[in-house]
Amino acid sequence: MAEVLLENVVKNFGKIKALRGIHIEVKDGEFLVLLGPTGAGKTTTLRIVSGLEEPDEGNVYIDGVLMNGVAPRDRNCAFVFQNYILYPHMTVYDNLAFPLRSRMWRVEEGEIRKRIERVSSILKIQHLLKRRPDRLSGGEQQRVALGRAMVRNPRVFLMDEPLSNLDAKLREEMRVELKSLQKNLHATFFFVTHDHVEAMTLGDRVVVLNQGLVMQVGSPEEVYARPHNLFVARFIGAPEINLLEGEMDAGFVRCRSLRVSWKIEDFPFLRGISKIPEKVFLGVRPEDILLGVGSERGEVYLIEDLGVDKVVRLRAGEVLLRVRISQEAPVRVGESVSYDLRREKVIFFDPMTERILT
Amino acid sequence: MARKIIKGVLIGLALFFFLFPIYWIVATSFKQWPDIFAIPPKFIFTSTALHYKALFNLNLEEMAKFGQAGKSLFPPRFINSIIIAGLSTLLSVVLGTFSAYAFSRFKVKGEGDLLFFILSTRMLPPIVVGIPFFVLYRALHLIDTHVGLILIYMTFNLPFAVWLMKGFIDEIPKEFEEAAMVDGYTRWEAFLKVILPQALSGIAATAVFCLITAWNEFFFALILTSERARTAPPSIAAVQGTSGINWGQIAAGVTVFLVPVVVFTFLVRKYLARGLTFGVIKR
Repeated sequence: MAEVLLENVVKNFGKIKALRGIHIEVKDGEFLVLLGPTGAGKTTTLRIVSGLEEPDEGNVYIDGVLMNGVAPRDRNCAFVFQNYILYPHMTVYDNLAFPLRSRMWRVEEGEIRKRIERVSSILKIQHLLKRRPDRLSGGEQQRVALGRAMVRNPRVFLMDEPLSNLDAKLREEMRVELKSLQKNLHATFFFVTHDHVEAMTLGDRVVVLNQGLVMQVGSPEEVYARPHNLFVARFIGAPEINLLEGEMDAGFVRCRSLRVSWKIEDFPFLRGISKIPEKVFLGVRPEDILLGVGSERGEVYLIEDLGVDKVVRLRAGEVLLRVRISQEAPVRVGESVSYDLRREKVIFFDPMTERILT
Repeated sequence: MARKIIKGVLIGLALFFFLFPIYWIVATSFKQWPDIFAIPPKFIFTSTALHYKALFNLNLEEMAKFGQAGKSLFPPRFINSIIIAGLSTLLSVVLGTFSAYAFSRFKVKGEGDLLFFILSTRMLPPIVVGIPFFVLYRALHLIDTHVGLILIYMTFNLPFAVWLMKGFIDEIPKEFEEAAMVDGYTRWEAFLKVILPQALSGIAATAVFCLITAWNEFFFALILTSERARTAPPSIAAVQGTSGINWGQIAAGVTVFLVPVVVFTFLVRKYLARGLTFGVIKR
C-alpha cells in the first residue's frame, strides 16, 4: 500500500482552468474522499494520479517517487470508473483476469484462478463468473469493477464516483461494504464524489474542492462543524446551513433580518477572537435551532417530513430558517412557536473574505 | 387487423420489386435458348446447366454449335474481381479503422478540415476524374494492373471507411482503453484487445459497403484495364456471340457474380444487424 502526494498541481484544458495549484496528500492506508460540485476538478485530479492525464505544472509522487511522465500501466494504481467500464465482449471471469494477463503482470493461469476465487468470494460474485457484463445488475457490475481493481493488489485505489449510478438503497449498502473492504485490505483509497453524505460516511479525511482549488482538508466532523469558508459551509450538510447577516453593536450581535440581538459573550467562538469585523455572517446548522424554548418567536411556514426527522421552514423576522426537529415534535403549519439558537454551535464568517473567523 | 394486412401487402410489394429481377436473372441462366426469348415469358421450363458449362469452358464443342467463338474469359476475370475487390476492401477497412481511431481519440491538427477534405473526394462523380486518372495511370504504368485498380478502389472507399468507422469508434467510450492502460496494457494492446472487439460490428458493416462498391465498379474497370487485370463487370457486359447477345451466358455470369457478396454478407449478418442499428442501442 502506498501514499500519494500532489504538489502544486495545475491543469488546463484549453482556456478552462481545471486545477489551479492543488496540494493533496493521501496517507498510507487512508480513505481520502475528494468532494466537490460538478466541474471542481475532482475527476481531473484522479486522472492525473493514474497517469491518464499529465499535469501542466506541479508534481505527483506515489510512495515518494516522482510519477510525472510515467505511463499509467507502470504506476500500479487501480481505477474504478463511474460507469464501471466492464469489457462487454468478455465474461466476468475474463474481465477479472484481464489485468493479470497483461504483459505487465504476466500471472500464471493457475494463480489467476486462485486470486479470482479469493476476490470473488470477498465480493460475493462467485455465481456470476461465467456471465457477460450485460447480464448483470448495476450493483453486480459495480462489484465486478471493484474486483477487477482488487485482483492485482494495486498500491492505490482510485475511484471516480463509483456509487453514483446505483439506486439509493444499494448505494447505502455498497457504502458500508466499501468502507469495511478498505479497512480489511488496509488499502489506500482515493475516492471522488459530489455527494456529501458519501464523503461524510466514508472518508477518514475529506478534501473539499471547488473550481480547481482546495477549499478545506479535514476529518468529516471538522469539515461539518468548522467549515473554513462559506462555500464549504453551504456545500456540506443537508438541509443547507442557515446563513444570517449580523452586525456588531456595542457588545451585541444584531441580526436585522431576524430582528434579534444577542450578547457577544454568549457565543463561545466569538470570545476567542481579538478583532471582530463590523459585519459578520452567522452560520447556524438546522439542528442547532431549537423550537419551543427561548424568547424569540416564529411562524411555521412549511414542514418537510423526512421520515427520521422533520425539517421545518420557520418564518422569523424577514427570513425563512431551516430547522431540523425530531419526528415526534408536535408542530403544525401556521403555528407560532418560540425558538432559540444553540449559541455554542454558531459559526462566524467574515463577509469580505468569506472565511471563517478564528 | 387492416393495418397488418396493408403492412403485409406493402412489404410484399417491396420484396417483389427488389427480388424479382434477381429471380429473373437466375431463372434465365438455367433456361434453354428458346425459353429465354419466349413470349409470353416462361415461368416453367426445363432447366439446363449449359450456360454455366460454357461460362467455365467445360463443354467447348457443344458451345461452338451455338455460335460461341473461342473460350469464355469469365474464370480469370472472376478471380481478378475477387483479388481486387477483396484486397481493396481489406486495405480500406484496416487503414480506415486506424485513421478513424486516431481522429476519434487524439487531437489531430486541423481535424475538421482534414475530415472534410477526406469526404470531399467523394463529391465528384467518378466520370469527371476518369480521363485524368487514365493519363496519370498511363504515365505510371498502372494501366491494366491489379495494383492500379486496388489503389483506385481504395481511394474511393477509404474516405467512406474513415467516416463510418469514426462514428462507430466515437460510440465506444474512451474509458475502455483507459481502463486497460491503467490495468497494465499499452495503448496498442488496449486497441487490439478492447476497442477492436467492440468495433467488430462497425468493421463488418464498413467491409460490406466497401466490398459492394469495389465489386460492382464498372467504369474504372472498363477504362483502366484491358486484359490481365480486367474484372468481371465489364467482362460480363461484353459477352457476345456470333448471333447476337448471349443472354444465357450473361445471366449465368451475373448469377455467379452475385454469390461472393451474398455469402460474405450472410457470414457477417450477425454483426451487420448490430452495426446498422449501432447507437440506437443504449450502452
